[in-house]
Amino acid sequence: MAAQARLKEHWREQRMFLYRALAAGVIMTALILFVIARLVDLQVLQFEHFKDLSRGNRVRIEPLPPTRGLIYDRNGAILAENLPSYQLEMIPEQVPDVDAALAELMELGLIREDDMERIRGDLARQSSFRPTALSYRLSEEAVARFAVNRQRFPGVDIQARLIRHYPHGSVAVHALGYVGSLSERDLQTLSAESYAGTTHVGKIGVEKAREDLLHGEVGYRQVLVNAQGRGLQELERDRPKPGGDAVLALDLQLQMDAEQALAGRRGAIVAIEPFSGHVLALVSQPGYDPNKFSVGISTADYRGLQENPDIPLFNRALRGLYPPGSTIKPMIGLAGLHYGVMEPWQRTFCLGHYSLPGSSHKFRDWKRGGHGHVDLEQAVAQSCDVYFYELAHKLGIDNIHDFMAGFGLGSRTGIDIPAEKGGTLPSRDWKRARFPRREDKVWYPGETVITGIGQGYLQTTPLQLAHATAIVAARGERFRPMLIAGTRDPETGETVYFDPEPMPPVRLLDERLWDEAIDAMVAVVHGPTGTARRIGEDAPYRIAGKTGTAQVITIAQDEKYDESELEERQKDHALFIAFAPAEAPRIAVAVIVENGGSGSGVAAPVARAVLDSYLLRDEP
Amino acid sequence: MLDDPLDRPRPISIAQRLLAGLHLDGPLLAGLFVLCGLGLVVLYSASGQSSTLLTKQIVRLGVAAAGMLVIAQVPPKLLKIWTPWLFAAGIALLVAVLVAGEMGKGAQRWLDIGFVRFQPSEIMKLAVPMMAAWFLMDRPLPPRLTELGVLLAICMLPAALIAQQPDLGTALLIAASGIIVILLGGISARLIVLFGGLAVAVAPVLWMNMHDYQKQRVLTFLNPESDPLGSGYHIIQSKIAIGSGGLFGKGWLNGTQAKLEFLPERATDFIFAVMGEEFGLLGLATIMILYALIVVRGLYIAIQAQDTYSRLLAGSISLTFFVYVFVNTGMVTGLLPVVGVPLPLISYGGTSMVTLMLGFGILMSIHSHRKLVTQ
Repeated sequence: MAAQARLKEHWREQRMFLYRALAAGVIMTALILFVIARLVDLQVLQFEHFKDLSRGNRVRIEPLPPTRGLIYDRNGAILAENLPSYQLEMIPEQVPDVDAALAELMELGLIREDDMERIRGDLARQSSFRPTALSYRLSEEAVARFAVNRQRFPGVDIQARLIRHYPHGSVAVHALGYVGSLSERDLQTLSAESYAGTTHVGKIGVEKAREDLLHGEVGYRQVLVNAQGRGLQELERDRPKPGGDAVLALDLQLQMDAEQALAGRRGAIVAIEPFSGHVLALVSQPGYDPNKFSVGISTADYRGLQENPDIPLFNRALRGLYPPGSTIKPMIGLAGLHYGVMEPWQRTFCLGHYSLPGSSHKFRDWKRGGHGHVDLEQAVAQSCDVYFYELAHKLGIDNIHDFMAGFGLGSRTGIDIPAEKGGTLPSRDWKRARFPRREDKVWYPGETVITGIGQGYLQTTPLQLAHATAIVAARGERFRPMLIAGTRDPETGETVYFDPEPMPPVRLLDERLWDEAIDAMVAVVHGPTGTARRIGEDAPYRIAGKTGTAQVITIAQDEKYDESELEERQKDHALFIAFAPAEAPRIAVAVIVENGGSGSGVAAPVARAVLDSYLLRDEP
Repeated sequence: MLDDPLDRPRPISIAQRLLAGLHLDGPLLAGLFVLCGLGLVVLYSASGQSSTLLTKQIVRLGVAAAGMLVIAQVPPKLLKIWTPWLFAAGIALLVAVLVAGEMGKGAQRWLDIGFVRFQPSEIMKLAVPMMAAWFLMDRPLPPRLTELGVLLAICMLPAALIAQQPDLGTALLIAASGIIVILLGGISARLIVLFGGLAVAVAPVLWMNMHDYQKQRVLTFLNPESDPLGSGYHIIQSKIAIGSGGLFGKGWLNGTQAKLEFLPERATDFIFAVMGEEFGLLGLATIMILYALIVVRGLYIAIQAQDTYSRLLAGSISLTFFVYVFVNTGMVTGLLPVVGVPLPLISYGGTSMVTLMLGFGILMSIHSHRKLVTQ
């Protein structure tokens, strides 16, 4: 057989195919007859039975949305809960004339005119078989009014739903985020099946980050419905599984005190527990009321928020990019020690300005006339610019870049809520890649000089500053900032905490070098010459801090400017970083007050208030 | 058994001349036209009289018909040359989708190539039978056992890749299109019985040994979109819709089951039930016969084809089309488990419509490019 050549026999193959095709035809006919027989069974033999089923009461399956998980602060205070509310809902597909129905409902006073634009938007965005909320928090009287007119509105019904409520209003809104109406776009990333019946979904902040935990699992019930599709009787119920609770690292009291300290200003505060990375407070002022989003924010309100010049929707703590200014001086000092370009006791003579060798350009010190002879501690305490101009020049930009990268400046910290920004930590490579034009790609020595005092290309978020401060406080130990500390099972009440997530630590040439920087930071607050000595005078604990001022506009050479003449929006940003107690740090904080003027006068007292709130509290 | 060219009706009327010039097949075209027309009528009702949905479907049909027209111009000779490349490209795209899916999150079936998004598994619906036919075209039939191994690999490799997406329903249908080629290729009856018997014997043993939750998992795997309460709900509602339609139906736009939203996926997978409610047994039987006529014409084209490649390909395309019809109608009437297979050419949406029409384009090309003088 193997030796015999196999040849194609066309005639035979053709005949074989014919038989096979005919066989296939016969099988197909049999299968079609099978289906038709089934149809005869359903449509002729069982016709009466199915006709009755179709005419009489029918079973419909309705999804039961799960109860959204709660959000607690670290001490068990509730930050987000669910409140019962009667709401008017429409399933557009079941409504013969949507516009007419909306108009009639408005006439009955069941829809507010302000909401019409929002409702139309929601109707356009959502699938026509999903319920769209027309109005929330109906009064008993309004519910009764609808009940009387109910038969006029097929596809419209009152539902008792739970709506998301944030009992403290705008407090911590930039950490918590909010929930908003579930849109068609949300369903592209979520499973439509498990969101059947769910009307709201986390849009930002913790609500979005842990949507998977908070949402829970959908349940179902079988209901008998009449010919108009209204429910008559429940037959069976498959309970939904409520969403898990999120326990935040956030401390509500601290958060509220911090917001109070920044009240009326624009700015941000981030407080971190150094040895765990727990975010104790995350403030971005001004904030807004997330409760408006859970009841369908009206178009006018939303536009108001968007057009507010203070941009309340903008999360300054995570996304605001500011030059860190003098707050990075302790770290630049550490870099100098680590790379061995200077010793802590070495002094620089500060005349009030600095020039690069062979250049006449003067880099000014903030203090006219200069600081005289300063060593590292005094340079940090008095925030001498000239000292750090010179040090930066000695270090070179690439050393500065590599060292600062260890503190996470200019890159995302990896905090566990979305939408964080990275910022910029400049280097030669960065500049080469960043600019398209050849002449812009060159790194100039002068750019290194101003990087030494946290100006120039350097841009960081308040979160990054707090993170870096926490790393100094923990002497190089580094933990990923963590807003969500654990999860709580709503049924058993059992809380599971996440482990802190260590990141690659900052290792210095010698561990003792940390003391030099930390002592200098203590001198900022408690030293006789410290720029923030005013907040140290009566402090019952020792604070290590550093003031900073970030220029908003550039001042021309040798031009003295008068703060009061500047427009409010052109004033410098005031910054302050601190941790305390200096010997055994429990909290690290970064404060930025936009256009606050001076770090020592404005930002430092805010930081002191934050530290007091946390450290001087009567423990329960 | 060979065609006598003189027996063939010569193009006489203008219409026939036009059809011949465009390489179209009259009977097949007529069948498709009637079927799609009826489909649109039903879809209008099933979609809750949505003109936007209808317009989208008409545009899609237009695109699909254009594709069919273009493919019909391509002689099978060229298709043969393209076959291995098409198959290789399809495999590469499937791997690309898997890799992209790994990097993205969750299931990924779509590939975005700028202006259009499509599922590479659609390519495979045609590429697998083409490849199987290509492999057999110059080999003596029936294939030997080693060749059978290669053929099974041609069917199973893409099916396995698609099953990873995960889309088991499509994977099985694509494997089926290749297996049909093997069956038509003359694999001996004994082997068919052996393989068939093996599958039939193993399946229940496997099934019996599974835990309830595993069975449930398999069922949900087959149809991830199914109602969490089980496919039972779909089937009950679908049977009520069909059964209450009776002999003549409730009339167009008068189906209450569909209207009141009892019937899920009524414009897509369960559109057959809408048809049953509104047009009754008469309507459904008509549709079934129409489908049968289209498949019979396809088989006729396959029988008339002049080489192995065309014959096997045409046979597979026609019979796979019938498999789709049977799986969907069987599912909607409760004869088969719920797997998400749309009713071909009638259900709303899907790139699958374009693929189906391209398949018919291939049938027309095969039929119209025959050499009229033989031997």
